[in-house]
Amino acid sequence: MSATAQIRDEPVTGAAAALLAVNNIEVIYDHVILVLKGVSLEVPAGGIVALLGANGAGKTTTLKAISNLLGAERGEVTKGSILFEGSPIQALTPNALVRRGVIQVMEGRHCFEHLTVEENLLTGAYTRADGRAAVQRDLAMVYEYFPRLKQRRTSLAGYTSGGEQQMCAIGRALMARPKMILLDEPSMGLAPQLVEEIFETVRQLNQEKGVTFLLAEQNTNVALKYATYGYILENGRVVMDGDADSLRQNEDVKEFYLGLSAGGRKSYRDVKHYKRRKRWLT
Amino acid sequence: MGDFTFFLETTISGLMTGVMYSLVALGFVLIFKASGIFNFAQGVMCLFAALTLVGLMEKFGLPAWLAIIATIGVMIVLAWLIERFVLQYMVSQSPIILFMATIGLAYVLEGVGDLMWGSDVKLLDIGLPQGASDWMLDNFNIYVEKLELVAGVVAAAMVAVLAVFFQKTRIGRALRAVADDHQAALSVGISLRTIWVIVWSVAGIVALVTGIMWGSKSGVQFSLSLIALKALPVLILGGFTSIPGAIVGGLIIGVGEKWAEIYVGSLVGGAIENWFAYVLALMFLLVRPQGLFGEKIIERV
Repeated sequence: MSATAQIRDEPVTGAAAALLAVNNIEVIYDHVILVLKGVSLEVPAGGIVALLGANGAGKTTTLKAISNLLGAERGEVTKGSILFEGSPIQALTPNALVRRGVIQVMEGRHCFEHLTVEENLLTGAYTRADGRAAVQRDLAMVYEYFPRLKQRRTSLAGYTSGGEQQMCAIGRALMARPKMILLDEPSMGLAPQLVEEIFETVRQLNQEKGVTFLLAEQNTNVALKYATYGYILENGRVVMDGDADSLRQNEDVKEFYLGLSAGGRKSYRDVKHYKRRKRWLT
Repeated sequence: MGDFTFFLETTISGLMTGVMYSLVALGFVLIFKASGIFNFAQGVMCLFAALTLVGLMEKFGLPAWLAIIATIGVMIVLAWLIERFVLQYMVSQSPIILFMATIGLAYVLEGVGDLMWGSDVKLLDIGLPQGASDWMLDNFNIYVEKLELVAGVVAAAMVAVLAVFFQKTRIGRALRAVADDHQAALSVGISLRTIWVIVWSVAGIVALVTGIMWGSKSGVQFSLSLIALKALPVLILGGFTSIPGAIVGGLIIGVGEKWAEIYVGSLVGGAIENWFAYVLALMFLLVRPQGLFGEKIIERV
């Protein structure tokens, strides 16, 4: 275990600098299924933070708990608190949250299929009240970051490619002028080159527009390349966190998330060993 | 010549009945598009709106225009109440449960309507022109009711307004977005509750217009709520999600009924009019289940 990446043993206390602080939340679906068992994380203003983990680890649930989209799926946060800019946001509707500057881009894009690309983008500006001119300016800005969307502006979003839909979904979120975007699995089903392109744009948006990102990714490799900090979720718990660099150097992360290992192929016994070790540490 | 005139008259009369069907179907389509709910109460909403209108005019002596505005207000309040006390608790329930809820709603509305305004047949006269159109009679030698012409014009205007509303406005865009993907609409900050109130209000206003037209023609009575059943085949024909579909479907059913009654009915002993629409719908279900204009399920290749 490298020196900087540490195994978490207690929840973080909300530091003043954090834009978003999730403190020890528990999420239960349908009143019975415990999905998150005390997740804590912090996202600094202007950062790109990655939430890593396998299928079913709780990444999406964490994001939806923050954006308050759990209600529609009969999930609820039963413990803990979520602070945005220092004030609790659990009680806010998604509508109010978008107005506050937190917007989610859902897993699997979820573009409005029967609306054109441009109409999709404009729905992102639904909560805004600063006038048509400002919205048009931002539309031009989105087209600048995603020139491909400009070419496809009049086609129905349902007929565009997966990459274009992902761009459309991110562009749509941008139209709300968010402080923070919760990006769920942007690489899903996309060619590696496109994934790089999208992450490159995310970095640009982060640097040029100051948008903070919290992104859930299975593609650990790409995520840690662009993120500044990472959390690793397993079975509804944060099992490890650290700077992107230190996570990349960590032996366990290398082995089980990046698929790199010094000692050639691993056997099932090693995995069991890892799991046992982890149980000790959590 | 006589035969042809008769054919024309039949057709026009059918078209005008069709317009009425279209209007009811329109209310269905609006709600189905925005919330995926098949609103069984749409027919009763027509009855309720017409009853309220007549009641306000009779009991309070309001002039027609004021009574119409007041009724629009009532329909908007009704939409808000429905959202507040029914729909709000039904998010993420399955469609069949929502459908059941609207059945319940239909009976509640019917009861409330009866309770407030009584259950006897009432005349609705808001000053729409009655009788035959002399102009049509003089120029084309065809007998057409003035009321039916008015209904046609009103329906066309309403469809035009709705089309602009849906395509060009911010709220209209949000309505279509909700129709496409609830979750995504929520995620960009569209409030489903607001949208639902808006769409039920619009459906309520459409119901009022239908109620006025139908009520002026044949009086305000319970059977008004049964035209909802006629809207069903219209929807199957036109597609549940298409506004133009509702219009064209209504016209086809209206004309088809009349033709069938007159040209086929005599061969089999009549009374085809009552079931023709359903047979047509059945055939459509076999051949083209999404309807004439139903939204194609987008599938990328």
